[in-house]
Amino acid sequence: MKLGGTQSYETYLSDTVKQLKPSGIRRFFDLASKMEHVISLGVGEPDFVTPWNVIEASYHSLERGYTAYTANAGLIELRVEIKNYLEKFFDVDYDAEEEILITVGASQAIDLALRAIVNPGDEVIIVEPSFVSYGPSVSLAGGVPVSINTRSENEFKLQPDELEKSITSKTKAIILCNPNNPTGTALTKVELEQIAQLIDKHDLVVLSDEIYAELTYDYNPTSFSSIEKMRERTILISGFSKAFAMTGWRLGFAVGPKEIIRSMLKIHQYTMMCAPTMAQHGALEALRNGRESINQMKQSYRQRRNYMVKSFNEIGLSCDLPGGAFYVFPSIKETGLTSEQFAEQLLVSEQVAVVPGNVFGESGEGHIRCSYAASMEKLQEAMNRIEKFINNL
Amino acid sequence: MDKKEIEVLQILEKDAKTTTEMIAKMVDLTIDETSSIVKRLEENKVILGHSTLIDWSKVSGNDGVTAMIDVKVTPIRGVGFDKVAERIYRFPEVKAVYLMSGAYDLSVSIEGKTMAEIGRFISEKLSTLDSVVSTTTHFILKKYKHDGVVFDEGEDDRRIVVTP
Repeated sequence: MKLGGTQSYETYLSDTVKQLKPSGIRRFFDLASKMEHVISLGVGEPDFVTPWNVIEASYHSLERGYTAYTANAGLIELRVEIKNYLEKFFDVDYDAEEEILITVGASQAIDLALRAIVNPGDEVIIVEPSFVSYGPSVSLAGGVPVSINTRSENEFKLQPDELEKSITSKTKAIILCNPNNPTGTALTKVELEQIAQLIDKHDLVVLSDEIYAELTYDYNPTSFSSIEKMRERTILISGFSKAFAMTGWRLGFAVGPKEIIRSMLKIHQYTMMCAPTMAQHGALEALRNGRESINQMKQSYRQRRNYMVKSFNEIGLSCDLPGGAFYVFPSIKETGLTSEQFAEQLLVSEQVAVVPGNVFGESGEGHIRCSYAASMEKLQEAMNRIEKFINNL
Repeated sequence: MDKKEIEVLQILEKDAKTTTEMIAKMVDLTIDETSSIVKRLEENKVILGHSTLIDWSKVSGNDGVTAMIDVKVTPIRGVGFDKVAERIYRFPEVKAVYLMSGAYDLSVSIEGKTMAEIGRFISEKLSTLDSVVSTTTHFILKKYKHDGVVFDEGEDDRRIVVTP
């Protein structure tokens, strides 16, 4: 029995990996990518290209020969800028030397945080509908993902009593994504404070994924770590992908109590060394001189959000006004189709790609995720096609 | 001017074809409110017109020439540069006139069919004006970007179709 012979590879693969379900998005991607003239509202990243000054700064760093590794935790200048940025916009104070870690995207920060805190069998609460990586990341870290379903009648906001019901003696942590992918739901300061009380009472660690925090449209975002007594138990995760339009640069960061960051750094130094150097130089420029670009992009997103929500409600698919991110999550229950049927039929008959809500957890069933990170022209054409699709059902 | 008015202007400046209905949805106003804002801005001459940006180099048989002319002038007592500027901008072939700081006074942009035609305009009409002291003419060889729009941008979306 040897590899490459008649023996199945199954025998050689890790049991944990074999048990992971492939992402539902993957199947949909395969279907959509084979078709032509597709308008995609299925993309979880900005349609804007990274602001030119950032690209230029990265070029310049390469021209000057900055092609080597950086410190494991990342360039200290960048950590200082992140410290200043968090202080200015999120009212939290972290030490650049010991409490900030630059990572390869916020995704790596989530992975590191989970591996740093989870012991085998520890439960980690995930608020669904949620970003598709949380559950698998918990499993890969040896933990047990525990889902809480949020509901459309509560605008997909986590209800404190439901959170309390899900907490057991094995609960170690909770992952909060605010504003949320896929629903766009943003929690206000008061709502976060109610959740914080329970977290304090049950002594949990919080992974606060704030990658969309800059894209909060109707009020200033509240960082979870700025809430009383939460700083010492929060790992704040964010990055440059969304608001700075830098997805492909793969640059994020985690900040938190130094004991936790130090443990994450230990894993990071053995498994990743450091985040890409040229991307770190770009990010420096983004923090120093990127505010105007962010504001312009944010204004466009807000206008598109308003347009999408009104248009969906007009054609009879009820849609809440999401507070942040760049997704709307309309209900398609009226059509009698499941979210997968809806998405698939819409793609085949009108060439519009949306993501079926159930890939983000069972509570996403009956909804579709539409990203409005696309030009107004494309959004308008997509809405015309969706309307036609509904009328022909 | 209030925030919504500025937002309406920014949307129209980017794309004059955006319908009132669409603008209303984008800025969260009713259609009536939006059209009255636009009407008021037009009446107050804040909105002066709508034009279409065309890449004429792609249109065969339309090989025009554009020149930018730096013009030094002697200002006229009482009216300064304004009177001279007016004498220049009244010519239909003049597309833009700006008063500049620095080495010269007026920047004049002019379009013609041929270089000879522009040359004639400068020697016969522009240089002969009393206040004009000197002119320096620069012909545009290629347009890369105009009014914020890049002429040959290539592919507009480089993303894969579905991502988490």
